[in-house]
Amino acid sequence: MSQQLTGPDLAGEGPDPRTTTASSDGSTSGSTQAFEEVFGPTRDNEPELVQLLTPEGERQHHPLFDQDFSADMLRGFYRDMVLVRRLDTEATALQRHGELGLWAQLLGQEAAQIGAGRALRAQDHVFPTYREHGVAWCKGVDPLRLLAIFRGVDQGAWDPEAHHFGLYTIVIGAQTLHAVGYGMGMQRDGVVGTGDPDRDAAVIAHFGDGASSQGDVNEAFIFAASYNAPVVFFCQNNQWAISEPIERQSRIPLYQRANGFGFPGVRVDGNDVLATYAVTQAALQRAREGQGPTFVEAYTYRMGAHTTTDDPTRYRLNDDVERWKLRDPIKRLEVYLRRNGLVDDAWLAEVGEEANELGRTLREGCKSMPDPKPDAMFAHVYAEETEELRAQREGFAAYHASFEGGAA
Amino acid sequence: MSEQLLERPAERVVERVTLAKALNAGLRRAMEADDKVLVMGEDVGKLGGVFRITDGLQKDFGEDRVIDSPLAESGIVGTAVGLALRGYRPVVEIQFDGFVYPAYDQIVCQVAKMRYRSGGNLTMPMVIRIPYGGGIGAVEHHSESPEAQFAHTPGLKVVTCSNPVDGYWMIQQAIASDDPVIFLEPKRQYHADKVDLDTSATPDPLFASRVVRSGSDATLVTYGPQVKVALAAAEAAAAEGRSLEVIDLRTLSPLDLGPVYDSVRRTGRAVVTHEAHVNLGMGAEIAARISEECFYSLEAPVLRVGGYDTPYPASRIEEEFLPDLDRVLDAVDRSFDH
Repeated sequence: MSQQLTGPDLAGEGPDPRTTTASSDGSTSGSTQAFEEVFGPTRDNEPELVQLLTPEGERQHHPLFDQDFSADMLRGFYRDMVLVRRLDTEATALQRHGELGLWAQLLGQEAAQIGAGRALRAQDHVFPTYREHGVAWCKGVDPLRLLAIFRGVDQGAWDPEAHHFGLYTIVIGAQTLHAVGYGMGMQRDGVVGTGDPDRDAAVIAHFGDGASSQGDVNEAFIFAASYNAPVVFFCQNNQWAISEPIERQSRIPLYQRANGFGFPGVRVDGNDVLATYAVTQAALQRAREGQGPTFVEAYTYRMGAHTTTDDPTRYRLNDDVERWKLRDPIKRLEVYLRRNGLVDDAWLAEVGEEANELGRTLREGCKSMPDPKPDAMFAHVYAEETEELRAQREGFAAYHASFEGGAA
Repeated sequence: MSEQLLERPAERVVERVTLAKALNAGLRRAMEADDKVLVMGEDVGKLGGVFRITDGLQKDFGEDRVIDSPLAESGIVGTAVGLALRGYRPVVEIQFDGFVYPAYDQIVCQVAKMRYRSGGNLTMPMVIRIPYGGGIGAVEHHSESPEAQFAHTPGLKVVTCSNPVDGYWMIQQAIASDDPVIFLEPKRQYHADKVDLDTSATPDPLFASRVVRSGSDATLVTYGPQVKVALAAAEAAAAEGRSLEVIDLRTLSPLDLGPVYDSVRRTGRAVVTHEAHVNLGMGAEIAARISEECFYSLEAPVLRVGGYDTPYPASRIEEEFLPDLDRVLDAVDRSFDH
C-alpha cells in the first residue's frame, strides 16, 4: 500500500506525546524520551491502515485481509450504501420538518456499517449503539422501526432475537458488556468453535471513539479477554464525540489499546467498504472459531452532526470536512465499479430510483405512524405486573374516562 | 415465572440452618432445578464468597455455572444482562452494599428498562444479591442500606429476607421470577441464628409482607435486619404491658401494604423502622401511604426510626447510628404521647 494514499491523518497522527512531555518538563526531557523509547507508546511503529480501495477508487492488496469480491457483492455494497445514505438524509429531512424529535446521523459512515454488517452471518448477534442504521439495514430491521424511536412512538420494539440485532443503546458503551455476556452465553450453548460454519456464532459490539473512554468498554475488554468471549469490538472512530475531538479521548491510536488487554487490534479504513468487510469478517471468523475477541477500529469521519440538535460549525473546521468529502465511501466504490465496467448508467439510475422509492416509503410511513395510546406507558414495565402498577393503570384509565369522550 | 424452579420435593427434610446455610441450600436447589441458572461474582467460586454463601457450588456445578469474575461491578451486572438476553438466569453477587454503585448505571438504565424499551420482547430474569446493612464492625462502604435507590426505580423488584426460612425460599422464588430482582441479604444475620427449615413446606409468596408478631396497641413496620430488633422491642414492650404488632415487609418493590393497613386500622398507631437514612427512605413512602389509607384510624402521626442522615459512620460508633430496641420503643412512646 502506498503511503501517500493513506495520508498523514488517515494514519492517525496527532500531537506527538513525547514532544508534549519533553516540552512541558525540560529538565527531564532526556530521560523521559529514553523511557518512552523503551516502553512506548509511540506512533512510529503503527501498522498501516488496512485499505483495499483507495479514495481514488484504486484496488489495493493486503497480505492478511485481501480477498476476491464478486461483481454482485461489490454492486450489493454500493446499493446498500446508497440506500442507507438515503435513509439518513430522509430522516434528517423528516426531523427538520418536525416529524422526528431527533436523528443521529450516519453520513460518511456508510462503508464502516455496511462492511461490518454484510460480514455478519445470520446467527451472529449485534449489540448496537444508536447510530447503527446501516447495520440494522443489513440485519433486516425495518428502517421505520428506527424512525419510530426518534419519533417517540416507542423505544425500539423490534424482536432482537428474530433479527439478531439488539436494541439501540443510548448510554454509550453499556452494550459492550451485554455483548460479552451474550457471547459467554453462546460459549455455554456450544455454538462457538464447533467447526460447523452453520452453527458457529459470534457477537459484534458497536461503539464510537467517545465510548472508548467509558469504564464499561474497558470492563468489557477485560471480561472478553478473561473468558475468551467470541466478541468483535467494532469501534467507529468518527473523530468526534459531539464536540470532543479524538485527541480528548486517546493519546494513542485506539486499536493499539487492544494489545494492553491481551487481544489483537486492527485499524481499518472505515470509508473503504471492502476493507471493512474483509477485516470484520476475519475478526468474526476468529471469534466463531473460539479464538476470542478482536478490536476493530474503523477509522472514519462523521460528515454530519452528532445529532440533528448539534452544530459542528462551532467546534470544527470546514476544511476538515471538505478534505474528508474527498474520501467519500460511496464515491470511491462508484469510481471503481464504473472504471471496471461493473456498472453502467442504467444500473446506477435504477439504484437511484430505488433510493427515491425508499425515501417515499419512509416519508409516508413516518408521517402515518400513529402515536401510542397513552396507557401504553404502563405496558411491559414488568413481566409480572405488580398490584401497585395495575392500580395506577386503572386509575389513569378512570381519570381519562372521566372526561367527555376521553377513553385512554 | 419458571414453574420448574418452584417445584418442591415430596419428602420432608428438616435441618437447623443459619441464613447463610439456607441461602446456599436455596441457590443449590435452583441450580439443580434449572441448568440455565448461573452464579457470578467476585470470589464466588473457589472461595465460596466472602460470606461463604456460594460455598461448594463451583465444586459441584463447575466453572461454567459458578463464574469467578474480574473485580468490576458494572462488568458483572453488564455481562449478566447479556447472559439473561441469551436465555440464562444469572444470579450475581455484589460483594458488599457500598460496591453496588459502580454497577448502578447498568442496574438502573439497562437491567430495569430492558423489557420496557423492547416493548416486551426481552426479559431480564436476573437476581442481584447484595449483602447489606451494618453492625459487623466493618470499614467504609461495607455497611450501607441502598434499598430505596432501587425501590425508586420502575422495572426492578426489591426484596429482603430476615430469617433462614425466608432466605431459603425467597432466593429460589427470586430466581424463578422473570423480572429482575434486587435481593437484599441482611449480612449481620448470616450467621446469627439457627432455625428449623422444612424443605417440603409451602412458602409464602415472594411479593408479600407478613405479620410476624400479633399485637393490638401499635404497629411496627420493618424489614431485613430490623425485624429482629422490632421483635425484641415488642417483647420488651409486652413486659411493660404494651402489645405491639410487628410486620416484616419482605418486599419493598412492590410494597405489599395490605397487612399494614389492616393492622394500623386496628392499632391506630404505626412506627416504621429501617437502617437506611430516614430522609426520603422507605419509611417516608410507607408513612405517606398509611396516612392516605388509614387517616381516620390514626391516633398519632406515623413515626419513623432509622439511620441518621449522615454517611454511615466509623464502626466504633455504628451502634449509635443503627436503630436499636430503645430507639424503637422511644418512638412508640412518642406515638402514645399524641
